[in-house]
Amino acid sequence: MTRRDLALLALGIVVALALPRVLYSALALRILLWALFAVSVDLLLGYGGMLSFGHAAFWGGGGYAAALLAKTYQLPFPVAALGGIACAMALALPIGYLAIRRRGIYLAMVTLAFAQMLFYVVNEWRDVTGGENGVQGVPKILPGLSVGRTADFYYAALPLVLLGFFVAYRVVHSPFGHVLVSIRDNETRAQALGYPTQRYKLIAFVLSAGIAGLAGSLYAIGNSFASLDLLHWTTSGSAVLMTVLGGMGTLWGGAVGAAIVLLLEDSLSSVTEAPGVVTGAILIAIVLGFRRGLVPELLRVAEWLWSRGSRRTSDARAHQ
Amino acid sequence: MNGAFYALLSLGLAIIFGVLRVVNFAHGAVYMLGAFAAYLLLQQFGVGFWPALLLAPLGVAALGAVVERLLLRRLYGLDPLYGFLLTFGLALFIQDAMRLRFGIQGQPYPTPAELSASVSFGVVGYPVYRLFVIALAIAVCVATWYLIERTRLGMVVRAATERGELTRALGIDVDRWITAVFAFGIALAALAGVLAAPMRNVAPLMGSELIILTFAVVVIGGMGSIVGAVAAGFLIGVLASLGAVFNPAFENVIVFALMAVVLLVRPAGLFGSREAA
Repeated sequence: MTRRDLALLALGIVVALALPRVLYSALALRILLWALFAVSVDLLLGYGGMLSFGHAAFWGGGGYAAALLAKTYQLPFPVAALGGIACAMALALPIGYLAIRRRGIYLAMVTLAFAQMLFYVVNEWRDVTGGENGVQGVPKILPGLSVGRTADFYYAALPLVLLGFFVAYRVVHSPFGHVLVSIRDNETRAQALGYPTQRYKLIAFVLSAGIAGLAGSLYAIGNSFASLDLLHWTTSGSAVLMTVLGGMGTLWGGAVGAAIVLLLEDSLSSVTEAPGVVTGAILIAIVLGFRRGLVPELLRVAEWLWSRGSRRTSDARAHQ
Repeated sequence: MNGAFYALLSLGLAIIFGVLRVVNFAHGAVYMLGAFAAYLLLQQFGVGFWPALLLAPLGVAALGAVVERLLLRRLYGLDPLYGFLLTFGLALFIQDAMRLRFGIQGQPYPTPAELSASVSFGVVGYPVYRLFVIALAIAVCVATWYLIERTRLGMVVRAATERGELTRALGIDVDRWITAVFAFGIALAALAGVLAAPMRNVAPLMGSELIILTFAVVVIGGMGSIVGAVAAGFLIGVLASLGAVFNPAFENVIVFALMAVVLLVRPAGLFGSREAA
């Protein structure tokens, strides 16, 4: 870990701890979990070069599994979330296996299509999933503690979310992550060096799905509700939007993007019922104007200001 | 039946992708705009179905040409993912803007009187209008194929696609052709929308699920070829309808199952070419 990473980590933890004090707790929880979701997308997109436009399948698949487990067996929420993660990864295995047979734009379309398939299946499988009604009245259980209030649940879920962030960070900075980046940059070369690139990509896909599943599980339990919205393709799109807005290949960017989009949607919700007008416009502006994303652009500006500032002081010193 | 719409939409997607290297996520929104254009022409100006069949696609295509000039043009030469993201943003924007204006409720659009009858094949009756849609879709697809593969105009377009710089050097305004092709692909989607208007309610979200099914069709057919896009479109339409006979819930799932099989057996798509993988 570099000093910059440590500083960012400290800042991130402080922000995460302070969030429910600053915002109302439901919004804080939303930001926290969407941030983890966006990070899972970035793990795949920014480091593996794979744009999954179907991550709603894992966010929603995990969410439904966790909600059903918590409701049916009255399980503590971390255990239910574990089940959600397992379900998301189990879904990711076949989907990922098929999707990584194509690259780039095709991979995006294939993942999108499979996620939509899951949407239809969950919609039709009414006996289990409740169809359009979703799974309602999911209990928030943690033995020895009362986590019924959203603010309490936020702090109870925070360690799990931080663990999710940590896993993503470790994956990216491990030898595995470096191979992944080399595959992103030049798959043929990585192959020539003897790496089984398909296997690396599949593992990355499943890991990313697991993190998305964790986020989705906590989201469904936190809201006491799993609905079809979790699986809709606009959900996948939002996660990609957040990642691109914050900056691909930064991990932090996704979290920042999630915060910006959700704060914006929240403040606009009183004004307009159709947030897509705003988020769509943002995405268009980002793609046209700041393709690198906000976090890298801001870092660049900060570095530029810094270097200008230090140059000025050194200039001043030279003049003396 | 759905095959006609799949074919028109995936044909437009394939043409646009072939020339611009952009997978147009907004294609479903364009389809919806086509239907709304027909609806508004009728409501506001009393213009009926037949003129709308021509006017609505033209109007929407003009809008598409403006979008291409102002927005998409800036992304050429970049990773196609950016075009995908941009058009995704456009789709969100258009859909929600229409929802703000017209609400979520669907609006009915009358079937043209000339086609409102129904023919019977033995025991089952079939609306004439649906036959008309299928026939028109086939005619348009064949005409498009002919235009691109067999005429001088198509030759210019293909040259501009494959060797842009060289074609430019021969004194052909490549940029203008690119705009024209994009507008044409948009017009096909809008035409599908007009055709859909009498069969389905005209609603802001009518294209939002169709676009994903169309993507699946495109993956199955292989993005490289026009024939592939059209053939896969009709094929899947027929298969999905057959599946729906057994169980209505199957109709959409079949498309995705087929996609999974094609990915396993022939990742480049049924009619896919070398570049596609």
